[in-house]
Amino acid sequence: MTDESPLLSVRGLTKRYGAHLGCLDVGFDLWSGEVLGVVGESGSGKTTVLNCLAGSVEPSGGTALYQQRDGRRVDVLRMAEAARRRMLRADWGIVHQNPRDGLRMSVSAGANVGEPLMALGQRHYGRIRGAALRWLETVEIPVDRVDDLPSTFSGGMQQRLQIARNLVAQPRLVLMDEPTGGLDVSVQARLLDLLRSLVADLGLAAIVVTHDLGVVRLLAHRLLVMRRGEIVEAGLTDQVLDDPHHEYTQLLVASVIHP
Amino acid sequence: MYVAVKGGEEAIAAAHRLLAQARRGDPAVPELSLAQIEQQLGLAVDRVMGEGSLYDRELAALAIKQASGDLIEAVFLLRAYRTTLPRFGSSQPIETAAMTVRRRISATFKDLPGGQVLGPTYDYTHRLLDFELAAPGEAGRAPESPAVTPPRRPETEPLPRVIDLLDREGLIENEAPDPADRRVGDLTRDPLTLPAGRDVRLQSLARGDEGFLLALGYATQRGYGRNHPFAGEIRLGEVEVELCPEELGFAVTVAEITVTECQMVNQFKGSRVAPPQFTRGYGLAFGHSERKAMAMALVDRALRAPELGEDVSAPAQDEEFVLYHADNVEASGFVQHLKLPHYVDFQSELVLLRALRSQA
Amino acid sequence: MSGYNFAFLDEQTKRMIRRSILKAVAIPGYQVPFGSREMPLSYGWGTGGVQVTASLIGPDDVLKVIDQGADDTTNAVSIRSFFVRTTGVRTTARTREATLIQSRHRIPETPLRAGQVLVFQVPIPEPLRWLEPREAETRKMHAVEDYGAMHVRLYEDITRHGKVAQTYDYPVRVNGRYLMRPSPIPKFDNPKLDRNPALLLFGAGREKRIYAVPPHTSVQSLDFEDHPFEVETWREPCALCGAAGVFLDEIVVDDKGGRTFVCSDTDHCAERRGRRSGIRP
Repeated sequence: MTDESPLLSVRGLTKRYGAHLGCLDVGFDLWSGEVLGVVGESGSGKTTVLNCLAGSVEPSGGTALYQQRDGRRVDVLRMAEAARRRMLRADWGIVHQNPRDGLRMSVSAGANVGEPLMALGQRHYGRIRGAALRWLETVEIPVDRVDDLPSTFSGGMQQRLQIARNLVAQPRLVLMDEPTGGLDVSVQARLLDLLRSLVADLGLAAIVVTHDLGVVRLLAHRLLVMRRGEIVEAGLTDQVLDDPHHEYTQLLVASVIHP
Repeated sequence: MYVAVKGGEEAIAAAHRLLAQARRGDPAVPELSLAQIEQQLGLAVDRVMGEGSLYDRELAALAIKQASGDLIEAVFLLRAYRTTLPRFGSSQPIETAAMTVRRRISATFKDLPGGQVLGPTYDYTHRLLDFELAAPGEAGRAPESPAVTPPRRPETEPLPRVIDLLDREGLIENEAPDPADRRVGDLTRDPLTLPAGRDVRLQSLARGDEGFLLALGYATQRGYGRNHPFAGEIRLGEVEVELCPEELGFAVTVAEITVTECQMVNQFKGSRVAPPQFTRGYGLAFGHSERKAMAMALVDRALRAPELGEDVSAPAQDEEFVLYHADNVEASGFVQHLKLPHYVDFQSELVLLRALRSQA
Repeated sequence: MSGYNFAFLDEQTKRMIRRSILKAVAIPGYQVPFGSREMPLSYGWGTGGVQVTASLIGPDDVLKVIDQGADDTTNAVSIRSFFVRTTGVRTTARTREATLIQSRHRIPETPLRAGQVLVFQVPIPEPLRWLEPREAETRKMHAVEDYGAMHVRLYEDITRHGKVAQTYDYPVRVNGRYLMRPSPIPKFDNPKLDRNPALLLFGAGREKRIYAVPPHTSVQSLDFEDHPFEVETWREPCALCGAAGVFLDEIVVDDKGGRTFVCSDTDHCAERRGRRSGIRP
């Protein structure tokens, strides 16, 4: 199976809230193993795009063709809910900005990481626990915390746990919404390093939505710049950030505070 | 040597006999008649009819007598009886605008066409126990004050509704009737499915426990889902129930019932496309049941939060929470079922607990 | 009982319930919503089971009613007398003689045979309810077989206690598809559900759901490969009939904490004692 066709092809994605525009005519391709950054300020529509793909919001128009493991392409936006939930469970991951939205706060860290495996039919307690321990190590959470509740973890650790929970079932595509939002700067740096190596090691495809140019500089191969619901510029990350063409991109780049 | 205990059947029979004795009380005291209950405990009868979903004052009185005054138990009796009754069909919707009004008040206007008609109400009484009522032989004595004859309302002049006044000005949201071919849900026939339509929600609230709705309505006033209510109109009186049998092709009056209706006027809402208007909450109950009708209207409005684009943050706005727990017959049954033997399951727990403790 | 139909419910209602039962049998373990009626017994006290039984019972049936395995606990007596009043049908305490058995919290020890129907009284039909209070969400979870969360609960138990803490109403997988609660029978009884030759019906009146396990259907209790499902055991046999491998009730016999263990299934126990002594009490 070659990588000729994109893993995900989005065309004409539009969402209207009455007279207000969420996003308009958004289109892009995403290939396996690459990270696409979507940047813009609040109200740019970047989160709307993510929510449409994740299924938490019903788009007003557009298609999103996803190539499944068996090679067949399906329009994610038109899938029946049951099929969509199955696909999300088996193939995609979603890392929420607030880790509490992506974790079960009332069960142990180990159970959180083990659940996707159990949902996919694994039935050996010892092996599930072993996988959970390995993943805790990978995301640099001390393994003696495997039986602790996530509510006892720091924000940074909760986010790492959410990442582990999302990656344990080896998804092909991961959506991330401000993955480092709300974390201390030093914690952010470590998390970004972790994400970068995981994405590379696992050959993941990812869409990272953020207002933070530093995050996309480190993580994303390609970039979409959004403003008021529309894409104003697209290209390779370094090229767009070092040589922005659109005046809004120039404004964004110029506003980044350099230490 | 332990011998297995038998005799459950006799124990139950004896329990029933004890209950019958307790219900009757001291045989030297005159037995209650259904007429006494129906006439002098009329508000209890109204409540039992409402939550029992059956309008029959005599049956409700009987249920109250049989239940020794436990109103939820009386509601249960009436509901179980209702299950066995055949259905002839559905009536036309009652026309509360054509009500023979005995009481009608509005908090939104000082005065209005037809006036504020106080009618029979506890509202302005001083809650002082009246020991004259306790005196024996009261039943035979003529009342001190002359009987009050309520003003007769000419039948050609129904009392206009406050809501209609606001409606004519476009100040309150339109309550358009559903298309005639849309089937009205029926909670007494079909199980509740969510999301529920407003028809099913209102049915559920109409049958729901007054105490539960009162608490939820109260909570909204205290900030748990506040929607700034005003009592637009509360009216009490008689309405006709009409049935349109297929064979006749026209409607005939089959009964006259007393109902209490409450229309709340709530927080106004507008959007970029529509100018702001007041929103509504509706309550309707059998007999004279103002507290119930008002609480129902508050909760009805709260449950409309998602439809009106409001955040659902309070229990009164949570459809699943409210509708699943409003039925006091269900609630009473399940809460009290804990009295049933659970010793087999408890035994399983004991076995496990002892095993875990021996491991530790 | 004059003025009431045979078995209390009107024929339309019985038909509606039987249609729900048929649907339930066609989809083993799936909860079918039905228009539960108010019955003269409290919700939570067996109205679901009573409605299922009432819709099936005929003049030639022989009815057995048990609660906690015994025929003469108060609730069993009450339900049995309800059916006697409304049908006049013959009743029995003997499992072997019954065509229709309504039970709360136990499966009889005497193996059932093809042609018998066992009706369970169910308080909460939804196995995912403790993890997810919303009905709208649990229905979706069943539709997409999203049962990972159930195993999470078992995982946590093993992590905390070294074994699964669920001892009754133990969740099962029916026909390899639907997750089901077998009603609050002790897990001891779960193995009896698997490939039982009788028809097993489950009625929840207050929650308004009916579900079924057709004869000879696979019913597997949830577990892990390395923590297999296990049942309760007792150190001693029944003090009255000597049976081992049956569920025993613990009776406190004196105020010094003395205990004795006797069969929960009173019919099974009586039968064994009758066989030993040659007479049936």
